[in-house]
Amino acid sequence: MQTLKKSGSTRKFDLQRIVVLGVAIVLAAFFSIASKEFRQYTTIVTLLDSFYYFAFMAIGVTFCLISGGNDLSVGTGMVCYAMIAGMMVKDFGCPVWMGIIIALVLGVAIGALNGVMVAIMNLPAFIATLCTMLITRGLSSVVCSGASISWPARASEEGWFRNIFKYMMPNALGKKTPIPTGLIVVIIAVIIMAFILNKTRVGRYIIAIGSNKEAARLSGVNVVKYEMLAYIISGLFAGIAGIAFAASNASSITASSGLGLELDAIGGAIIGGTSMTGGSGSIVGSMIGILILALLKNGLPKIGLTGDWQHVITGVILIAAIWFDVIKNRKKA
Amino acid sequence: MGETILTMKGIDKSFPGVHALDHVDLEVRRGEVHALMGENGAGKSTLMKVLTGIYTKDSGTITYEGKEIEFHNPKEAQEAGIVIVHQELNMMNHLTVAQNIFIGREFMKGAMIDDARMNVESKKLFNQLGINIDPSEKMGNLTVGKQQMCEIAKAISHQAKVIIFDEPSAALTEAEIEELFKIIRDLRDRQLGIVYISHRMDEIKVITDRVTVMRDGGYVGTLITRDCTKDDIINMMVGRVIYEDPKTKSMVAPDAPVVLKVEHLCAGKMVQDVSFELHKGEILGFSGLMGAGRTETARALFGADPKERGDIYINGKKVDIRSPKDAVALGIGYLSEDRKRYGIVVDKSVAENSTMANLKNFIKGIFIDKKEEDSVTKTYIQRLNTKTPGTDQLVVNLSGGNQQKVVLAKWLVKDCDILIFDEPTRGIDVGAKSEIYHLMNELVAQGKSIIMISSEMTEILRMSDRIVVMCEGRKTAEIDIADATQENIMHAATMR
Repeated sequence: MQTLKKSGSTRKFDLQRIVVLGVAIVLAAFFSIASKEFRQYTTIVTLLDSFYYFAFMAIGVTFCLISGGNDLSVGTGMVCYAMIAGMMVKDFGCPVWMGIIIALVLGVAIGALNGVMVAIMNLPAFIATLCTMLITRGLSSVVCSGASISWPARASEEGWFRNIFKYMMPNALGKKTPIPTGLIVVIIAVIIMAFILNKTRVGRYIIAIGSNKEAARLSGVNVVKYEMLAYIISGLFAGIAGIAFAASNASSITASSGLGLELDAIGGAIIGGTSMTGGSGSIVGSMIGILILALLKNGLPKIGLTGDWQHVITGVILIAAIWFDVIKNRKKA
Repeated sequence: MGETILTMKGIDKSFPGVHALDHVDLEVRRGEVHALMGENGAGKSTLMKVLTGIYTKDSGTITYEGKEIEFHNPKEAQEAGIVIVHQELNMMNHLTVAQNIFIGREFMKGAMIDDARMNVESKKLFNQLGINIDPSEKMGNLTVGKQQMCEIAKAISHQAKVIIFDEPSAALTEAEIEELFKIIRDLRDRQLGIVYISHRMDEIKVITDRVTVMRDGGYVGTLITRDCTKDDIINMMVGRVIYEDPKTKSMVAPDAPVVLKVEHLCAGKMVQDVSFELHKGEILGFSGLMGAGRTETARALFGADPKERGDIYINGKKVDIRSPKDAVALGIGYLSEDRKRYGIVVDKSVAENSTMANLKNFIKGIFIDKKEEDSVTKTYIQRLNTKTPGTDQLVVNLSGGNQQKVVLAKWLVKDCDILIFDEPTRGIDVGAKSEIYHLMNELVAQGKSIIMISSEMTEILRMSDRIVVMCEGRKTAEIDIADATQENIMHAATMR
């Protein structure tokens, strides 16, 4: 019997992912039919603008959730890295490429701090990252002396980084058509991180830790190292999100603009089928979850409901997703 | 049986206050299945933990393949070829079978894990063992029996020479046990040394070649299985002499009314068709080995776990107990085996704990009547001789015995007529122990009735008027104290 074709990460029929994808399609179709404004190209580009940074945050958070933890610091962290790096560019004359590196390094540093607290000091992830959430929120105000920060404008010489996420292509009418190039960046990131999650030791051990930490430890897995790595990945992606946030924000960034964003990132991951109790989840699933939230955020105002309804509906969808996870776990037990 | 592969000699291990292993010997040969038997707390698991480096021994020698060795952690032992198949399986349910077997030593193709090869290698292992499991199936989707097979396959893949099975059959069905035995016989034929820990006497006779018996942390002896009877083994397991005045006859009047009657109680696998009666003023002992279902029976009776079937009568009246609240209202008190988790709120005061089950009698208007609470608590501190500086002392600061008294006070304040004591003296020192015994006797003299679950044979024989013996969720015997012996209790406890 050497006819084994299935690979180790065989995806058996995953009901939740299909349901969630269905919901996303139905929502997109509904808004498109209900609102003429929604089906316009510019609306879709705007929707994608806010999709990018949530997507990056969610990719990182997914790793933490799969490891059995959580990362509440991604929202305020993202803004903090964008502001500090932006300040270095604006006030200290750093070139933008260096600003980008600063944002990434800051993200990795805060991620490492989270990792140390959770994996080495054994603090509960929820509390540890709640603290770094406060720290990053405070830092962005302190470092920038309470002022808002704006990255170089698109028209300026240093504005090239904005093209990474939205390329303005000159068209026949002498105007410029925005091309959502950020989508390509997100897709590349998803492919790389899905590969790392499913095909490398890093991903395998993070899943193992989330599934049964003690068993992983007894099997000789360096649980401290790999649990830390989950938080470092989350920090790194908060840094990337920070750049996407800066690029898509034409106006200035204030310290308070990151508040509550982590809940959308975490919520999106959970809606996408990542387990609250660790051990399972997928990057693609998280992306669909984030997409649903982005659709709601942009679609609801177009059909005459205020953005506040988005929170109500998100809450309801989250309950459904978590309940689904609980039922799934109960069946196994 | 081949030559000796593993010898443990004079292994001694003490924990603060407990002499867990007292010069224990064990010898395992290639190609034998060696049973390790003993009551709960006899030291079997401790001995295996010393062997695999989870505990460090105080003295004694371990010789493995002719060399004296000492492992510092399970991984070292595993690398040397000594592997434990645990009762609680150490599996990662979200990973596939193959991913579990090769965790920590994956086959790689560059930076990529070679899952295909891991599946092929796992399939080879399963073929060797003659079992049919899909290596790409998620571990969590397998039955416990199949998961155990995976653990065995994992052990084999480590080139194990000695495999220790820790109560492997406890969670398995008959068919799965058959399959397990087939595999164990096959491993024996391949000259592995196998240590088999189990309480099931019949299995011991079927599968093992020799039996080593332990008792109270000491080595009793080693027998050749086919030359001994079940009774020989039981006698070795229980043959202790130290006896603190066992009860010789029931103290209950023959015409004492039945206060509690349980009929055909069923709750999951651990409580199957259990029926018994409790008389006024009686201490009914519940004996059995670990996992016999005694605590589960008590919890189902108390409404803490859902029950599937069964009727409960209190003073002849049928009652419906759906939650602990109902049970408490009917005058049943439950002193849990795990005080810290279920018995007391450790960071609350003695007074707060004492009145917890009966708080509504201490309410004046909308406030708790602290004065009344205080005075009632004081009464019980005196009555139970609880050693505490005051009623406002936090329970966490009391000793185990005194914590137990606070739990008892709680149910006495509530004026419960039926008290369930689950392992009443676990973790309590000798002095406090006899005080608890004294209190229990006083309570039944006052007309209360007690169900006492205990794993200590001495305690069962000293306190009970009647003894119910359970084994794997079923009641296997009911013995009057006048007829009870260690032997007939142990016989019923290993009935399977």
